[in-house]
Parts: sequence; structure tokens; C-alpha cells
Amino acid sequence: MSVLEIKNMTAFYDDFQALFGIDLSIEKGETVAAIGANGAGKSTFLRSITGLVQNNADKFIYKGIDLIGKAAFDIVDLGIAMVPEGRKLFPSLSVEENLLIGAFGQRPGNWTLDRVYQMFPKLKQRKDIAGTALSGGEQQMVAIGRALMSNPDMLLCDELSLGLAPIIIKDIYGALPGIKAEGVSLLIVEQDINQALEIADRVYCFQEGKISLTGKPEDLTKEQIAAAYFGR
Amino acid sequence: MIEWANTIIQGILTGGLYAMFATGLAIIFGVMRLVNITHGDLIVLAAFIAMVVIETTGFNPFLSLIIVLPIMFIIGYFLQRGILNYTLGDDLLPPLLVTFGLSIVIQNVLLEVFSADSQRLKAGAIETSSIQLTDGLSIGIFPLITLLTAVTMIILLQQLFNRTRLGRAFRATSDDPTTAQLMGINHKHIFGLAMGLALGLVAIAGVLMAVRSNFDPSIGPAKLLYAFEAVIIGGLGSLWGTLIGGIILGVAQNIGAKIDPGWQILAGHIAFLIILVFRPNGLFPRTRDD
Repeated sequence: MSVLEIKNMTAFYDDFQALFGIDLSIEKGETVAAIGANGAGKSTFLRSITGLVQNNADKFIYKGIDLIGKAAFDIVDLGIAMVPEGRKLFPSLSVEENLLIGAFGQRPGNWTLDRVYQMFPKLKQRKDIAGTALSGGEQQMVAIGRALMSNPDMLLCDELSLGLAPIIIKDIYGALPGIKAEGVSLLIVEQDINQALEIADRVYCFQEGKISLTGKPEDLTKEQIAAAYFGR
Repeated sequence: MIEWANTIIQGILTGGLYAMFATGLAIIFGVMRLVNITHGDLIVLAAFIAMVVIETTGFNPFLSLIIVLPIMFIIGYFLQRGILNYTLGDDLLPPLLVTFGLSIVIQNVLLEVFSADSQRLKAGAIETSSIQLTDGLSIGIFPLITLLTAVTMIILLQQLFNRTRLGRAFRATSDDPTTAQLMGINHKHIFGLAMGLALGLVAIAGVLMAVRSNFDPSIGPAKLLYAFEAVIIGGLGSLWGTLIGGIILGVAQNIGAKIDPGWQILAGHIAFLIILVFRPNGLFPRTRDD
């Protein structure tokens, strides 16, 4: 049974329409990747799910609750957390405070500071310095930890690999199976196709605000993906 | 020599009141990035509310705060939620215009209700009591209470901002209101609470001002100016800087008055301008107190 079900979602930036009739569903514990070129609508789609972008849909149900019109802060309380593109750590908060602010809603669950520090030990050593003083990879760890601190049932990750060295990307993606093992559903937006195909149970390819291809990674050919990705 | 020492001590004590004026303004700017032109009039409004409470209940001015403070908190919360949240954005002009308009509205409503008569809150013997340090050097009890209140408020605010869940939410929302929503923070509510907190401080500042000097509906803009100068001297958003800014202003005014009574106000403005020339971002430019 789907935890998130979306039918015919549209999204707008003022008068500009960014998404056209998106259909997508995610099962409990499933990892879904949204791939596509720059400007294809992937990030807008994630931001629409979180309520940060004005959107509409025929159906937008999360665990039986209609999310249409819900505010972003209410959606977090329902169990959807996001790791935003560019990390977006709070500059005036230390590493530990950035993690603690993730638990602002005090949603019950298993994720605690200690567990986040177990997952990313480097962060414990640097817990008192400003989050934005960390390296890009460490900032990404804080951003993931911060999202987990809200004890989500669904984690949305926007461009985890953006601007990071390959070895750091490996570390970051290495943390995801552990999160998935907790029963958390993952929706990952990624431009690195290989990375996305490696981790995803299913893939949705975005092109110009629409879904151009969907399927299981093992069922999709390179040619199909290239055509859906680049539109040729 | 003792006269100059006395001048500087009295200036430091005066600075305590200016710091009280300025602390609320610093919070409003620090959290909402909102320049609140109506701040001085809100201080006067608090003083008038205290006057009504005292007339109605017979409380002394300090005790009146148990009613005035929650009233000002509520006014602040709903002012932010009902009006000021709608003015926030990339453009700095809407909040300036709206708070300027509110300033005029508050002044005129106060004038209509309370007339232009000068008022003062009476706190009894404490107003004139002093501690004699040496011959020719004394400290007024009430100004000392004012300064200690300012220091206490700043310590409490620092604890709130740096050690509590709400404080983290204030700082995170100030940094990035959009991302704060992804943490489950209702940024509009947080801004309302910050304005409520600031007007709680305004309530204390208003009562302290009204005991120390006469007030009428027209003096708000002058109080705003002192608050602005204290905040800017200290460095926008720094609470300790705001206290130092208030003290510098108070000392400069007292030195000016010592040289020539007509120079009191001017000396404060000159000190402000000199600091602005050499330290355009204030003495302690930062947005976080730690």
C-alpha cells in the first residue's frame, strides 16, 4: 500500500507553471529516485510535496491524510522531512544546534543526537562549531542528521551529491541503506544517474515539468533513460 | 575631578534606560530584520497603559507590570501576526512605511484619549533615593535599578536565545524562514512571539521611563531615536552591544550637559555620528550573541 500517492500534481511559481500533471506513488520503505536534467522540475516537485511551493493535485495523500493546502511546518509534523538542495544549514546555529532544531516538532521516534553521531562520528567532534564552517560533505551529513531528528517516515533528499567529491558522495550515500532499514521511505532527487539507479527501487525521469519515464532500474535501458532525460 | 566621575557615572546609569529602549528594537531587527519605526510610540503606549492600570488598581508602577507586560506581549503578537508579517520580504520599504503609519496612528489615538498633557508615574521615595559614595558622588537608586534591570534582561535574553528550544527557533527563523518551516517551525508564529517578547521589554522600558521622566503622546520619536542610536552603536543584533551603545549615548549626553546644558542631546548624536564614521557596522557587529 502506498504511503504517498500523488495524482495529476501541478505547481506554479506565481504565473509560471513548473509541474504538469505529475503522478507518483511511494511504498513504505521504498527508495524512489527522481532524475532529470537541470530545470526539469525535480526540485520543484520535492518542494511541492513539502508545501514550500504552491501546488494542486487531484490526489495528494500521505498515510491517508490529504496534504493539499497544508503548510510546510504541518507536513513535517506528519512525518515528511527534507534534506534541501545546498544543505541550507542555519549559519547562526552550531552543528549540534542545527541537529536539535530538526527535532523542533518533538515527533516521537528512534532518532536521537547519539544515533546521528553514531551514523556520522565526525559531527560529534565538531558539534560546537558553526554548521556552515564545516566542509561540504560534513554539512550534508548535518543536513541529513537534522532531517532524521524529526523522526520522519519519509525522507526527501534533494541533490545529495551536488558539489561533493566522489569519495564523500560514497560516504553520504552509504548512510541511506541504514535509514531505509528503519522503514523510512526515501525520495531522492539526483542528477547523477548512476548513483540514482544504484540505490533506487524505482525511478521517475522528469523532463520539462512532466514525467517522461518510470520503471525499475533493472528494467530500463540506457537508451530509454537517455531519451527520457535529454528528450531525444 | 569628582564632578567628571559623577557625570560619567550618571551617564552610565542613563545608558541603562536607553539600553532598555533599545533591547526590544534589537530583537525585532535581529529576528525579523524589521526596522520598527513605531518602537518609541509603543514605549509611550506602554507608559499610558501603566498609568491606566495604576489609576484603576492602585498598584505601584512596578507592580503594574504584571498587567502591562502581558498586555503589551499580546499587542505585539497580534501586531506581528495581523499586520507586520504581511510586510516582510525582500523589500525593506513596506515595513518602514507601515510602522511609520502605525506610529502616527498611535500618537494620535493617545492624543485623543489622554490629551497632550504631560504625565508621570509616581513610585514614591525610590524616585529620589540615592546612595552616597563619597562627597559629591552619589548613585540614584532608581537609575541603578534601571541599569540592573537592563543587564538582567540581557542576561535572560541571552539564556533564552542560546540555551532554549524557542531561542534556537528564533535564530533559525531569523537565518532562513523558509528552511525553518522544514523543521516544523511556523515562522509566522515565531515572529509573533518575538514581537510579543520585544513588546514585553517595551512594557518594562515604558514604565521605567514614565517613573523617571515626564511623558506625553508626542515623545515617542525621540525615544525611537535613542533606541536606534544605541542599537547601531552596539552593532545590529548584538544584545551586549546594545547595552554598551546605550551607555555610550548616556555618557556622551551627560558630558555634553556638563559642558553646556544645551548640548546634552546634541552630544549624544555627535557621539553616534563619530562611531558611525569609524565603525559603520557598530562596535560589535554580529547577529548572534554567544
